[in-house]
Amino acid sequence: MSKMQSVSLTVNGEAVTATVSVRKHLVDFLREDLGLTGSHVGCEHGVCGACTLEVNGAMVRGCLMLAVQADGATVTTVEGLADSGRSDAIRAAFAERNALQCGYCTPGMLASALEYVEAGGTADRDAIRAHLSGNYCRCTGYQSIVEAISDVISGEVDA
Amino acid sequence: MKAPDFDYHRAETLEAALALMAEEDAFALAGGQSLMPMMNLRLTAPEALVDLNAVDGLAGVRIEDQRLTIGAMTRYAALEASGEVAEHAPLVSTALPYIAHPAIRNRGTIGGSCALADPAAEMPALLLALGAEVHLQNVKGARSVAADEFFLGLYETAREDDELVVAIQLPVASKRQRIGFHEITRRHGDYAMAGCAIVATEDLSEVRIAFFAVSDRAVRARAAEAALAGTSGGKAELENAVAALSEIDFAGDMNASTHTKRHLAGVALRRAWAEVMA
Repeated sequence: MSKMQSVSLTVNGEAVTATVSVRKHLVDFLREDLGLTGSHVGCEHGVCGACTLEVNGAMVRGCLMLAVQADGATVTTVEGLADSGRSDAIRAAFAERNALQCGYCTPGMLASALEYVEAGGTADRDAIRAHLSGNYCRCTGYQSIVEAISDVISGEVDA
Repeated sequence: MKAPDFDYHRAETLEAALALMAEEDAFALAGGQSLMPMMNLRLTAPEALVDLNAVDGLAGVRIEDQRLTIGAMTRYAALEASGEVAEHAPLVSTALPYIAHPAIRNRGTIGGSCALADPAAEMPALLLALGAEVHLQNVKGARSVAADEFFLGLYETAREDDELVVAIQLPVASKRQRIGFHEITRRHGDYAMAGCAIVATEDLSEVRIAFFAVSDRAVRARAAEAALAGTSGGKAELENAVAALSEIDFAGDMNASTHTKRHLAGVALRRAWAEVMA
């Protein structure tokens, strides 16, 4: 009985009510039940950062939170960040700097980068790298990602 | 992988959580930043989870009688943002940026780290160095255990199965407290290969040194403390302390042999001590 539970939450500004298996991760609920496949699932143990998304204003790992724990929460995925325009500058900078190749890490990178930028992070490359240390990219070597975030902070992006 | 099946209970009061812990063969779910990975990797399979995230009153920092009391569900991000922690527990503030990554610190809690007692986690060693008290509660009552008596082995603590860690209490740091913290990791935010936390009085009459990621639990290094306490803390005394680390029951892991751990502990001690003397 307690293995299925009803949840009501706000996802990208829309109210959602669903019945979920309590063992289902938040990111799987978003992808499989709501069709929001922007958040990616990588390692499923909190190391790679591909599933990073926003819950109640804080960036968290979508694979280390259960869907049932999001009852009452406000969730924003990479789709919601784009729709609201919050990620416009960072997305433009990623495109300009070629800061993605296969794109698998990108949703999590955008989320973590946005958290850093919105918190008033500086353009200091070491600080940017430290903030992104929990997001793995196997294509870019990180340099272009760091440059893109640095561009946004120093205002060198047209978005 | 996905976690195996379990029953899920969301507690909304401490009383309800304690009742569930008494009735069920349950694990408490705090921030979930260690328990969820262990479940996803199927290293552990609790029959039931008691989720503490909706429990009122378990999070927050307050000062009373020269003690800093930190609610068990206080998240690392909240500790990082706390002016009280920065002022009264500077060792904790110094170490927080080294604990995993921002997205993990947004969820992970001080009580969860303490109750899990991962040997490579920073927080248990910080609590040893600071002389913290761990406050525990079950349906029958409350008790507190000194950090020195709390961490008993690999993921093993003095907490009984039906008890919850409800708060951590730290002595308020004097303005002149000396601190040192150093950890050796492959990448920023990874679990440490070896780490050292030090608290000392200004005159070095008292020195507390704790290590993490070198043994089956966070450990005090009492012989090293004795080698440095009451001295001028110079190079010769420091090397005596490094030599005294053979008191520790070093344990290798998949990243480093026992011998390497022994070496890295010495490196971490030298670097942390340089901060103490700075």
